[in-house]
Amino acid sequence: MTPIKCYPPKPPRVYLFGTCLVDLFFPEAGLDAMRLLEREGIAVDFPEDQTCCGQPAYTSGYQDEARAVAAAQLDLFPEPWPIVVPSGSCGGMLRHHYPKLFAGTPLEAKANELAGRVFELTEFLVHVCHLELEDRGAPETVAMHTSCSARREMGLAETGPALLAQLGRVTLVEQARAAECCGFGGTFAVRHPEVSAAMVEDKSRAIEAAGAERFVTSDCGCLMNIAGRLAHRDSEVEGEHIASYLWRRVGQ
Amino acid sequence: MSVEPPGVQTFTPQAFHRQAHDALGNPQIRANFRSAMDGLMGKRREAFADWELEALRELGASVRLRALAQLPDLLERLEANCQANGIRVHWAEDGEAACRLIRELCEARGAKAVIKGKSMVTEEMHLNAHLETAGIEALESDLGEYLVQLNDQTPSHIIMPAIHLNTDEIADVMHDKTGIPRTRDVDAMTAAARAQLRERFMAADVGITGVNFAVAETGTLCLVENEGNGRMTTTVPPVHIAVTGIEKVVEQLRDVAPLYALLTRSATGQHATTYLNMISGPRQAGEQDGPEEVHLVLVDNGRSAIYQDDELLDTLRCIRCGACMNHCPVYTRVGGHSYGTTYPGPIGSILMPHLMGLEATKDLPTASSLCGACGEVCPVKIPIPALLTRLRREAVGEGRGNVPGAGSKRTRTEAAAWKAWQWLATHPGAWRGAAGVAGKLGPLTPSKLGPWSDHRVAPKPARHSLHALIKRHRSATDEEGQS
Ligand code: SF4
Repeated sequence: MTPIKCYPPKPPRVYLFGTCLVDLFFPEAGLDAMRLLEREGIAVDFPEDQTCCGQPAYTSGYQDEARAVAAAQLDLFPEPWPIVVPSGSCGGMLRHHYPKLFAGTPLEAKANELAGRVFELTEFLVHVCHLELEDRGAPETVAMHTSCSARREMGLAETGPALLAQLGRVTLVEQARAAECCGFGGTFAVRHPEVSAAMVEDKSRAIEAAGAERFVTSDCGCLMNIAGRLAHRDSEVEGEHIASYLWRRVGQ
Repeated sequence: MSVEPPGVQTFTPQAFHRQAHDALGNPQIRANFRSAMDGLMGKRREAFADWELEALRELGASVRLRALAQLPDLLERLEANCQANGIRVHWAEDGEAACRLIRELCEARGAKAVIKGKSMVTEEMHLNAHLETAGIEALESDLGEYLVQLNDQTPSHIIMPAIHLNTDEIADVMHDKTGIPRTRDVDAMTAAARAQLRERFMAADVGITGVNFAVAETGTLCLVENEGNGRMTTTVPPVHIAVTGIEKVVEQLRDVAPLYALLTRSATGQHATTYLNMISGPRQAGEQDGPEEVHLVLVDNGRSAIYQDDELLDTLRCIRCGACMNHCPVYTRVGGHSYGTTYPGPIGSILMPHLMGLEATKDLPTASSLCGACGEVCPVKIPIPALLTRLRREAVGEGRGNVPGAGSKRTRTEAAAWKAWQWLATHPGAWRGAAGVAGKLGPLTPSKLGPWSDHRVAPKPARHSLHALIKRHRSATDEEGQS
């Protein structure tokens, strides 16, 4: 169970940890996250030297390699500002796995300190910014896919839907078995492609069956997976990162 | 000459990929598991609806942890108190030793026919096959186990062994293997099986069962069941042999209550099972029924090695409820047999590598998206995803090296790839450069990306990385600020 977290007041400045998937495949989502934060009057610092949180190696068992990469990230956030991450999966890595990864090493205290100020984007927007949204988009029916890491590791099943619920012209529908994994799982999709494919097929069908015109998610792994499956079938349903979706509907 | 029926298959963990492929392509298997797992998940949810589930799981975990913390001591107390109750206690270092011991106990009574209650630990040691070679017939009396045995199969689920079969398939088994008229009427089939089994209970020389909880303080063996076959197996034959892994011991009688409450609700969504047998010894003088001899066989079979590791020992908390498989999106799709191991699903993937070695089971710890559904429902809060990750480390030789077969999955190519990734991700300039190149090549990158793109459109690297976009965004806002 996620312990109850006490949220800080809205800070003047935050760090953005963009994540490697956002950096390489969905950079707009990272930029839109930054815009949403700036819109709240928060200055966003994006340390240039950030690369990857190390999770792919970590979950593959390559702990030493993961630790080396993680150690490089630890140095990039020296000020005590919150670190906002547009991904439950990478956020979970920073918040929950860094302390374990560095336990018993000289970097343990530093990792623990950093972990304590990591926030997933939707969590930060809801609980710290108390974001209020005014919908300027066209009416649309949308399904939310919350990643397993956001849902279970970070305990954030509610924050994404809470933001979408503020959009007056958006009808939020829930797909069957909403809490079930989409089958991405990082290297799982590569090591067990057929099982992963069966899972994403079910997930994409459930989203269509719910009547959604679009699905949004706060994790780019799930986005790549589910949207990739939908596109492969020439489905009309498209996927989008929640940061981009929110910015598009309320931004400027 | 006997022809092997089409149902007979041998499954191994080494062939996980092929077996999973076959199961995924079998609509009947897919449908059977999906509907069964949906049903079980729903029942569990309902059963816990009025409970402080988190508090109860916390209690369950602490009961198990307290027992494990004093395991050697509790086992000695269990032995002493069982013996004081007239239960003879035996120790077996591994499955082979346990099989031998049980066979000798049977032979000492001149036993030819054994009736069995459900016991996964005897599956683990392939007891039935062993007894058969000694000319002793072992018949399963749990309905699901009975069907699986009739069908020459192994259990596909630890609680519901025949869950891979639907009603039509069960009707076939009952008709083909026991000769009853073909019927889809579940009650009629159950009645037929009960009648068939009843005779065998009467004729059995020995009854063999598992144990759910062994209570150290009182020397009591608890057996949780629904069909009454456990009650029959432990009371009708003149000898009862209870077989259990050493981790099933709990300290006190009162520890049973929370574990039982968690077990039945997690497993089948029942508030209570039809039977909870508490066995505390053989028939006493003046008693009407019960066996003349009761034996307890305590099996190690790799468990004390797991116990040595302060992280892996969490594996031993398990109370075998099956909830982790019921909620596993992988298990639900590939079914139990695909794993090729006695225990399938998440618990199997964290336990079997210790019993069979990481080389044979190397595909199991990775057969999880680490979605966390198993850890979320486990009634004794085993951190299954963390243990899967730990075993992945062991498999590639970056763990503590104390799991059999540690390092056997490491390949030079993969290790080199991760080293290259490490280099890139610790050289930010090179990383940005590579991202830039990937972006420029975006339109040229292959639209086929191995197995990924058999089912999905391959992702294209964005033209400009986030690093690049933010730079532009910055200079734009700076200009705005200046003007
Ligand atoms: S690991 Fe947990 S959920 Fe799975 S069978 Fe054991 S007790 Fe049940």
